[in-house]
Amino acid sequence: MTLTSTRPQTTADHLSLLESHAVYILREVAAECERPVLLFSGGKDSAVLLHLAVKAFAPGRLPFPVMHVDTGQNFPEVLAFRDQTVARLNARLVIASVQEAIDRGRVADPGPHGARNRLQTVALLDAIVEHGFDAAFGGARRDEDKARAKERILSFRDAFGQWDPRQQRPELWQLYQGRVNAGEHLRAFPLSDWTELDIWQYIERENVALPPIYFAHERDVVRRDAMWLAVNEFIEPRPGERVERRLVRYRTVGDATCTGAVESDAVTVEAIVREVATANVSERGATRADDRFSETAMEDRKREGYF
Amino acid sequence: MDLTTDILRLATVGSVDDGKSTLIGRLLVDTRQLFDDQLDAVVNASERRGVGDLDLSFVTDGLRAEREQGITIDVAYRYASTPRRKFIIADCPGHVQYTRNMATGASTADLALVVVDVAHGLKEQTRRHLCIAALLGVRGLVVAVNKMDAVHWSPAAFQSVVDEVETVAGELGFDAITCVPTSALLGDNVVDASDHTPWYAGPTVLEALETSDAGAWSNASNGARLPIQWVLRQPGGGRTYAGMVNGDALHEGDLVTLLPAGIETTISALNTLHNGPGADAPVGLSIDVALGDETDAGRGDLLAGAPLPRVTREIAATVCWFGERPLTTGSRLRLKHTTRVTPARIVGLDGVVDVATLSVDEGDELRTNDIGLVQLQTADPLVVDDYRDNRVTGSFVLIDEVTNATVAAGMVGRATFL
Repeated sequence: MTLTSTRPQTTADHLSLLESHAVYILREVAAECERPVLLFSGGKDSAVLLHLAVKAFAPGRLPFPVMHVDTGQNFPEVLAFRDQTVARLNARLVIASVQEAIDRGRVADPGPHGARNRLQTVALLDAIVEHGFDAAFGGARRDEDKARAKERILSFRDAFGQWDPRQQRPELWQLYQGRVNAGEHLRAFPLSDWTELDIWQYIERENVALPPIYFAHERDVVRRDAMWLAVNEFIEPRPGERVERRLVRYRTVGDATCTGAVESDAVTVEAIVREVATANVSERGATRADDRFSETAMEDRKREGYF
Repeated sequence: MDLTTDILRLATVGSVDDGKSTLIGRLLVDTRQLFDDQLDAVVNASERRGVGDLDLSFVTDGLRAEREQGITIDVAYRYASTPRRKFIIADCPGHVQYTRNMATGASTADLALVVVDVAHGLKEQTRRHLCIAALLGVRGLVVAVNKMDAVHWSPAAFQSVVDEVETVAGELGFDAITCVPTSALLGDNVVDASDHTPWYAGPTVLEALETSDAGAWSNASNGARLPIQWVLRQPGGGRTYAGMVNGDALHEGDLVTLLPAGIETTISALNTLHNGPGADAPVGLSIDVALGDETDAGRGDLLAGAPLPRVTREIAATVCWFGERPLTTGSRLRLKHTTRVTPARIVGLDGVVDVATLSVDEGDELRTNDIGLVQLQTADPLVVDDYRDNRVTGSFVLIDEVTNATVAAGMVGRATFL
């Protein structure tokens, strides 16, 4: 006796299947939740996510707003990109401001050069409560980090915004169920199964617009914690650090105080695809100081309600 | 760049401490899938916790509690590729209390990578996992008969596990079984062939995964299905219906039936995400279609090609129960099937599966992690196929009405081995 195969033939290519799965998730959550929101940082993953959301509901308008959790310490090119993108799509933009949270005394001010990455959680959770959002789409991928590798595509958050990795809902087949009680919410990650290379191949195929800092450019940088950090209003050279002008690009985009650049001469998406295919260091390992606090830095932040 | 790479989705299966996570760690490290900084982090974490130079299980056991306790709590998804194939790996927990997480990982898998400790043979938990994998429609098995170093690479010890596995796998109806003698800890026969097993001429675990045809898709068609997710309003007043194609490809001009209403119509236009308007759409693509006749189709309805699915409010199904309180006749729940959510009631319990013997025994409740045969009634009509004919229209989940937790995985019909 043999089992019947229950998977029919498909001729679809890998990127089209990833795209279709992501769009399926976007439509399910938009249909089942009352007030979803899409988290948009201006980074490459959220740019891809927003591109997919637009395709999912075209020719209609995006049926939910986008939200930027603004640390107040941004790369100016990324802010400009955010505003252009939102204007082009005629999307509604909600800004959750870390600076406002500091001004209102919700969180302590880490000082002019302190990283505000972790403070984003407070601003994000406050905005979710204020606007009554019951689902937030994020561009997180499982290949980014070992805690993210454990997370469901629809990830339940309790009334305190917490993620409990020991009590995740079973998530079978593609039956994404998004029911929550008042005060609770979901995070939905349509790009869960995408790798960094998939993202870049998709950007190439779809001509997804990105901020210019993803492409190689000359910049004044200092070497710190084995990363190249841009010298700007947030980062000043410390004693002993030498400012150098180097050809660099960003592999991820986060808070300007904790996101490092990598040396690269890739000025086109095609060149970046080649670079990513042969990389020896992970994107977060190469560029994120915020993941280096401890062995479980990402898990600890996620438990508190981080992206 | 070639985008049509063959993909195999696999889930690890087996009891706690038989070495599933170590095997996946070994597979990823020896095929150089880890970035330098990720490998460094595993080495550092191993040293800090005093578990030797390199604890391979830390590659996938990424949670603090998992590393403290040395167990896997929830599924870790890893992505790997070799020149022959792409892999999506779900490393699943072995503990009985985390069976729901194993089922999560196995529900989307084509192949189960089973790990058995050669000194202990098939434990009850491994039998439970194999039974769940078979129910979920996993076809192929690659079995790592692990910790061979602990039995001095004995061919007799290997053969005794192989015999046991073949008996159980035969009962469960798996088609393709490959057993490999391994030491995940030392790396023997995982990626590189071992010097310790001159008596074994078969493939390594990696070779078995690269050549398995469990991911090959059959040509047997059980009819195209398009569960409607969302209605898109087009400029000028028309509507198109969006969803993901399954069962069989859809073509412009296809005769379809809108269910549960039973209205016959045609696909008058078809739109894919990548190529825009087109003549056809293969399985797995999200599309939107226009219909030849005016209908009031909406979310929860389904467009089907022949042979048509059944429209029913009463379902006989096999369920894996994950709820904390027992499921009994009379239990009220919500049921999600395709894109429809509806109230449901258990009207009969036809039996409880004994995973050790595969016999179906009489019982009046399903306890946590039990597998049982139930009769359900739903408030709204459902459009269903047997799970063995279609994984999408044959599957459902049950939802607790108070907590909204997902408490059961359900499959329409009854597996042939039960």
